[in-house]
Amino acid sequence: MGVFATSATARRRHRTQKLAFVVLLGVTVLLILPVLAILGMLVYRGAPALSLEFLFSEPVRGMTAGGIWPAIVGTMWLVGVSLAISAPIGVLAAVYLNEYAGDTWYTRVIHLAIVNLAGVPSIVHALFGVGAFVLFFEFGTSILSASLTLAIMTLPVIIASTKESLSAVPMSFREACWNVGATRWQTIRHVVLPNSIAGILTGVILQVSRAAGETAPIIFTGAAVFVPFLPSSVNDQTMALSMHLFTLSTQVQNVPQEITYGTALVLVGLVVLINGVSIVIRSRIRRRRKW
Amino acid sequence: MSREEVEGAGANPGAELGTGLGPRLGRSPARQRLHRAKELLIETVIRVCGVSAVIFVFGIFYFVFREAAPLLFGGLDLGELLTSGEWYPDSDNPRYGAFALIAGTLAVTLLAMLIAVPLGLGAAIFVSEFSRGRTREILKIVIELLAAIPSVVWGFIGLVIMNPLIIDLFDTPVGLNVLNGAILLALMSVPIIVSIGEDALKAVPDTYREAAEAMGATRWQVTWRVLLPAARNGLLAAVLLGVGRAVGETMAVLMATGHSVNVPDSPLDSVRTITATIASELGETAQGSDHYRVLFVLGSLLFLITFLVNLTADLVIRGFKRR
Amino acid sequence: MRKVRLISLVSSISVLGLLGFAACGKKSKMIQNKGSDTMINLAQALAEEYRKVSPKVAIAVSGGGTGVGIASLQNNTVDVANASREMKAEEKANAKKTSGKDPVEHKIAYDALAIYVHKGNPLAKVTRAQLACIYGKEGTCTKWSDLGVEVPGCSGQEIVRAGRQNNSGTYAYFREWVLGEGKDFKLGSRDMSGSKDVVDLIAHTPCAIGYSGMGYKINDVRWVCLSKEDADTCVEPSLAAALSGEYKLSRPLYMITSGAPEGDIVSYINWVRSDAGQAVVERTGYAPLPPDQRHK
Repeated sequence: MGVFATSATARRRHRTQKLAFVVLLGVTVLLILPVLAILGMLVYRGAPALSLEFLFSEPVRGMTAGGIWPAIVGTMWLVGVSLAISAPIGVLAAVYLNEYAGDTWYTRVIHLAIVNLAGVPSIVHALFGVGAFVLFFEFGTSILSASLTLAIMTLPVIIASTKESLSAVPMSFREACWNVGATRWQTIRHVVLPNSIAGILTGVILQVSRAAGETAPIIFTGAAVFVPFLPSSVNDQTMALSMHLFTLSTQVQNVPQEITYGTALVLVGLVVLINGVSIVIRSRIRRRRKW
Repeated sequence: MSREEVEGAGANPGAELGTGLGPRLGRSPARQRLHRAKELLIETVIRVCGVSAVIFVFGIFYFVFREAAPLLFGGLDLGELLTSGEWYPDSDNPRYGAFALIAGTLAVTLLAMLIAVPLGLGAAIFVSEFSRGRTREILKIVIELLAAIPSVVWGFIGLVIMNPLIIDLFDTPVGLNVLNGAILLALMSVPIIVSIGEDALKAVPDTYREAAEAMGATRWQVTWRVLLPAARNGLLAAVLLGVGRAVGETMAVLMATGHSVNVPDSPLDSVRTITATIASELGETAQGSDHYRVLFVLGSLLFLITFLVNLTADLVIRGFKRR
Repeated sequence: MRKVRLISLVSSISVLGLLGFAACGKKSKMIQNKGSDTMINLAQALAEEYRKVSPKVAIAVSGGGTGVGIASLQNNTVDVANASREMKAEEKANAKKTSGKDPVEHKIAYDALAIYVHKGNPLAKVTRAQLACIYGKEGTCTKWSDLGVEVPGCSGQEIVRAGRQNNSGTYAYFREWVLGEGKDFKLGSRDMSGSKDVVDLIAHTPCAIGYSGMGYKINDVRWVCLSKEDADTCVEPSLAAALSGEYKLSRPLYMITSGAPEGDIVSYINWVRSDAGQAVVERTGYAPLPPDQRHK
C-alpha cells in the first residue's frame, strides 16, 4: 500500500483529479478564447476594408482614406535590412557557441548576454538606437538606424533557433568529416549547416515576424508618420505598418473604423502567416529527421 | 562524443590526421597556406559574431547611460527621482520625481502577474501533463500565436475593445487604466510563462512520474506532490521572465493605461508607466536637455531592473538544469 | 552546400552594400519635414497636396514634437521643422552655433484650441478662472457640481481632466494661457500623446473635459463657449472668431528653416503660405493666415 492509495480517500482523490482537470482545462481555454475572439473581431471588422486597392494604394485625404501600400513596403524594407544584418551575425554566433566554444565561464557570459538581450525592454532598445545609430554614428532617423536597432533586438531569436538545430546534428556527422581531413570550418560549411538549414530558416522566419510587429524601437529611429514616396535607399525614412496602426489609432481624427481595423488585420495576418510557415517547417523537420 | 571531447580535438582536427585530405583541399603548400589563412579569417569572424551579444548588451548600456550620465552626475537628485511624485519635467521650475511612474509600473506589473501566473502555470501544467498528441500540438501553436501578436495590436485592442468593455462592466468613467493594461500584459506574458514552465516540467525525469503512478497516484497527485516541487525553480524562472516582459512592455501600456501621472489607489485608476513615459515624452524633448537626459536615466533604470530579473531567472534555470 | 555558400555570399554582400549606402549622402529631392505632433495632420495634408502641385518633390513628414524638430534642424537632419511655438532664445543660439545660420520662422497657420466636453454635458460656458480651478495645481474643482452643472451619465460627477503630455506645445500653451507663467498643472490628468487621443477619450467619457485643436472635433463631443473677461458673455469657438482675434485660445504655428530657404524648400513654404496651401490648412481644421499675411 503506497502513500497515495488509501482506499478510504479513493473517491475523493478521483473527484480532485477531475476537478483539477476541469480547472486546468478552463484556464487553458481562458487563454485561447481571447486569441480567437481578438482574431475574430479583427477579421470581422477589418475584412470589409481589405481589397487590392487598399493594399496597393497610398493613404490619401489625411490618411482617412486610401490604402496602406507605403506602410507595407516600409515594413518590408525594415524587415529585410534588419534580417540582412542579424541573420549572418546570429547564425555565426550560434555556430561559435555550438561548434567552437566549450562550456566555460566565458560561454556562460555569452549565454547570459543573449538572454538579457532578449529581455531588454523595447523602449530601451529605442533609446539605444537613438543614442548610438541616430546620434553617435550619425545615421540620422533612417531605415538604417531603425533596422540596426531591430536587428540587435531580434538577434537572440536567430541565435537560439540556429543553435538548437545545430546541436541536433549528430556528432558522428562531424567526426566522419574530420576523419577525411576536413577542417572545422569545412565541416561546418559542408555538413553541419546544410543539415540544419531548416532550423536556421525557422529562426530567420521568427525574426521576420518579430521585426515586422515592433513599434517602439522604430518610432524614434526611422519610421515616419507619412512619406509620400516609397523609400529608395536605407537613408530614407519610411512608413511602417506597426507605426501606421499606432498613428491611425491615436493621432489621426475621423479615420473610418474599417481602415484602422484593416491595417491591424493586415499586420496581424502577416505576422500570423509568417509564424504559421515557421511552425509548418519545424514540424516537417521533426517528422523527417532521419537520425 | 561529448562537447568536452570535441574541444580536445583542437581547432583543426584534419591537420592532426595529416593524410586523407578531402577533395576540396588544395595539395600544393601555397594553396594550403591560402586555405589556412582563409580558415583563420573565417574563424575570427565567427568568434567576433560569437561575442556579439556581449558587445551589444554592453553597447546598449553604454549608449543609454552615456546620454544619461551628464544629468546623473550633474545635479540629478536620485533620492528625489525615486521617492518624489512631482513629475514636472517641463515646468519653469522642473522637478524630476518618478515615484508615480514607478508606482504605475509596479501596479500594472503586479496585477498582470496576479492574472498571468495562475493562467500561465495552469496552462503549462495542462499542456505538459494533461494533454497529449494532437491536442497538445494545437495548444502549443495557439499559445505561440498569442506570443506573436505585436504589442501595438494589443494596445489597439486595449483602446477599442477593452476600454468600452471596462467602462460598461465597472461603471467607471475611463476604461484606460491599470486593469486594462494588466489584462493585456497578462495575455502578453503568458506565452513565456507557459513555454518556460512547460520546459521545467518536462525536465523532471519520467522516473518520478512512473514511481508516483506505480504507487497509485492520480495524475493530479503526481503533478501536485511530485512534479511541482521538483520543477519549483524552473517555474519560478518562468514567472520571473514573465515579470521581466511585463515591466518592459511599452506600446500596449502606452495605449491602454490612460496616461495619468498618478499613484493608483485602485485598479480602475489611470497610470503612466516608466516605459510609456519614455515613449510619449522622448519625441518632444530637445536633445541634450535635462528632460531628455532624465528619460535616459529612466531607461538605464529599466535596463538595470530587467537585467537583474533576467539574471536571476537565468541563475535559477541553471540551478534546475544542473540537478 | 552550394545553397549555404550562396546565402553567406548574398548576406555578406548585402551588409557591405548597406554600409556603402550609409556612406553616401542624403538624396536631393526629399524634403525632410519633422516636428510638432500638433501639426502632424496639417503637415501630412500639405505634403500630400503638394505632390499634386510638384510631383518631383517628396516631403517626408514625421512627428516627434516641436523640440525634436528644432533639434534636428540643428544637426542638419531635417530641412523644415514644424513648431507649435516660437523658438526659445537658447534654441536660436544653439542653431546658429551648430549650423552657422540663423533659423528663420515662417508662420503658416493658427492652431485654435477648443475646450471639449462630452456631447451630453450641459456646461454652457467656461471661464479662465474655472479652467484654472480644474487644471491648476492649487485648483480645487474636482466635481462637476463645482462648476454648477450635473452631467448625465457621469457616475460620481467627478471631473476627468484630459490633456496633452507635458512637453507638447499644446500643453505648454494651454498652461500659460490658463495659469500664467511659472505655474503648474495638477498631476493626475489624462495626458494623452495626441490631439486625437484627447478628443477620443472625451467622446467615450461623459465625465471628461479637455483641450485640443479645433480640427479634431467629432460627433460625440461638443465645444464649450469660452467666457470673456467680464464672464457674462462668451465667444463660441470657431475658426472665424480665432482669425479675427475675438477668440483668444489660438496660437500661431511655424515652419522653421535653417537660414533663408532655397530651391525646392522655398517653393514649398511659399506654396504653403499661398491661397492654395491655406485652403488645405482650413480644410484640415486649422485657422488659415489672414489674406494680407499670405504669399502672393
